[in-house]
Amino acid sequence: MVLELQKPRPIWQIMFSTHHTDVGLLYLISSLAFLFLGGSLALAIRAELFLPGAQIIGDAMTFNRIFTVHGTTLIFLFIIPFASAVGNYYVPIMVRYKDMAYPKLNAIAFWMIPPAGALIWLGFADFTWYATPPYSIISAPGPAADMWIFGLKILGISSVLGAINFVVTILKCKHPDMSIGQVPLLAWSFLSSSLIILVAIPTFAAALLMLLTDRLGVSGFFNPAMGGDPIAYAHLFWFTFHPEVYVLVIPAIGMMYEIIPRFSRKPIYSYNSGVFAFVLLSIVGFSSWAHHMYATGMSFTEKTVFMVGTLAAVPASAMHVFNFVATMWNGRIKFSTPMMWAVGGIALFFSAGAGGVANAAMPLDFTTHDTYWVVGHFHLFVMGTIAFGSIGFLYYMFPYVTGRMYNETMGKVHFIMSFVGTVLVFFTQHVLGLYGMPRRIFDYPPIPEWIAMNQIATVGAMIIGISMAIFLANMIYSSGKGKLANTEDPFGVGGKYYYPFEAKNPSH
Amino acid sequence: MGGHSNWPEWIYIGIVVALMCWVGAEAWEAERLVEHVPADAKTIIVTGQQWFWTFEHEDGTKEIGELHVEVGKAYKFEIHSKDVNHAFNIHDYVVLMDAIPGRVNTVWFAPTDAGTHDIQCREYCGLIHYNMRGTLIVEDPTA
Repeated sequence: MVLELQKPRPIWQIMFSTHHTDVGLLYLISSLAFLFLGGSLALAIRAELFLPGAQIIGDAMTFNRIFTVHGTTLIFLFIIPFASAVGNYYVPIMVRYKDMAYPKLNAIAFWMIPPAGALIWLGFADFTWYATPPYSIISAPGPAADMWIFGLKILGISSVLGAINFVVTILKCKHPDMSIGQVPLLAWSFLSSSLIILVAIPTFAAALLMLLTDRLGVSGFFNPAMGGDPIAYAHLFWFTFHPEVYVLVIPAIGMMYEIIPRFSRKPIYSYNSGVFAFVLLSIVGFSSWAHHMYATGMSFTEKTVFMVGTLAAVPASAMHVFNFVATMWNGRIKFSTPMMWAVGGIALFFSAGAGGVANAAMPLDFTTHDTYWVVGHFHLFVMGTIAFGSIGFLYYMFPYVTGRMYNETMGKVHFIMSFVGTVLVFFTQHVLGLYGMPRRIFDYPPIPEWIAMNQIATVGAMIIGISMAIFLANMIYSSGKGKLANTEDPFGVGGKYYYPFEAKNPSH
Repeated sequence: MGGHSNWPEWIYIGIVVALMCWVGAEAWEAERLVEHVPADAKTIIVTGQQWFWTFEHEDGTKEIGELHVEVGKAYKFEIHSKDVNHAFNIHDYVVLMDAIPGRVNTVWFAPTDAGTHDIQCREYCGLIHYNMRGTLIVEDPTA
């Protein structure tokens, strides 16, 4: 597969283009910009927590604003737009169509991101990415909080428009010779995650509107002083955002399904089980949202139901891991940079999943809930799995997008440092949580174990920070001055690509 | 792809499902036991507000920031909030329950040894959430 390589053009021709690779490029660049912005906030947080007492951030309010914008940025302005970038580049090609189904809608969905990002960053709200009422209604300072609400509202609409476009492109625009069972797994991952978005997002969109009118004082949906119920918000929020976890992780797994067979020089072990696991995850993802709420005073029965719903998602995730390992088994593996990222991501995905089982078990959740264990747990997903899959895929598509090759040594150094750093930060945070350190705290008492583990985590974060600087230098330098790539086979893995439809149409 | 048989994956999935059933059953059994409040538990009313804890014993004694209890007795906390969400947490005894305005949540514990333990807030509640801390003092009346 070769992505469309075009001669350098004036920037406005790309900005006003509706072609899928141009919109994909816009998504790619803006998501990477937000990766570096959000990541630098993470470094500020880690530097602050290196020792008890105020270090580099002067006051608690600034700290609270920083972790709120850090989370919001990396989830909504990096992970989701990055997946859209990959989808824009690859989905039309994989279903053998000339563009996305609705090119103008596609461009509109992208152009909603910069104003939303500006609202979030200029406001700098402090009420966490969860915007929990009644704090967000009665205590959180405006206009930052209101700007955050509007920003998220815009991003929600953008996601829904993008999802509609992917669903229609895959189901309606695929080549008539292709059956749905021949669509590559990466495209399947976008179909699954887009369907989840269409079902899940409207709930949060409604909750955001209710939050806004509550803040304006004209309603009291979530305000106990006006007869409302904060727990109602928690249900609406998690009904969207637990499935959203799968919206984030499924495209990253789809990207690994592209990388693993290529660099193992083998077909995927089981295409059917990959499709089955995607569909199963998108359905059972809706049965577990209230496992975030065990400690809100739920009844024993409720907790049991949501624990079962949560554990039910484990076999589907385990099927993906099996599929990856079985694909690599006996393969002639070439550990180029993309493959290293994908394999590292799978290892961390397994670790994150194992930790998730402990959270789901009701009595254990009361030890881990709202401690640094949870921070470590979900960062192993968002950083260890999703960002690893995404960055690996970025290296993979780099020669196809730019026509040039990145520096392989720098790519490998980037991986090794990020992997070591990720393990240092997030495995340590699991243990820190078991020692009881709550999340979202600006300062902590001088408990020796807490200090030691915070310092390990901070060192790990700085290692990741340095590796990301190497990454940035590599991307900037190589896209202009890198070696010209052989776009037929940039990684020298040889052989043929194994798309299901290519088996029947070898000349395509 | 292809028609190859897939029995290793089925065995593997069977093992994963069995493991999950085991985890679920153990968790269900443990949670059922810890949720059962002893009949002789004394009630302590816990109130969270930005950014401190107050405690009211059955005899009407009130404490702020410190909670005195006796070894070997069971206590049931009734948790209230005056403003925003908090979470009442004694990590050493795995006591964790949200304090939510407009609701009363309960959780119980029975201290086993004399000593002091940290009380903290584990749900983000604003500016001084990081320092919404208290001390649990477990006393041995026979000592």
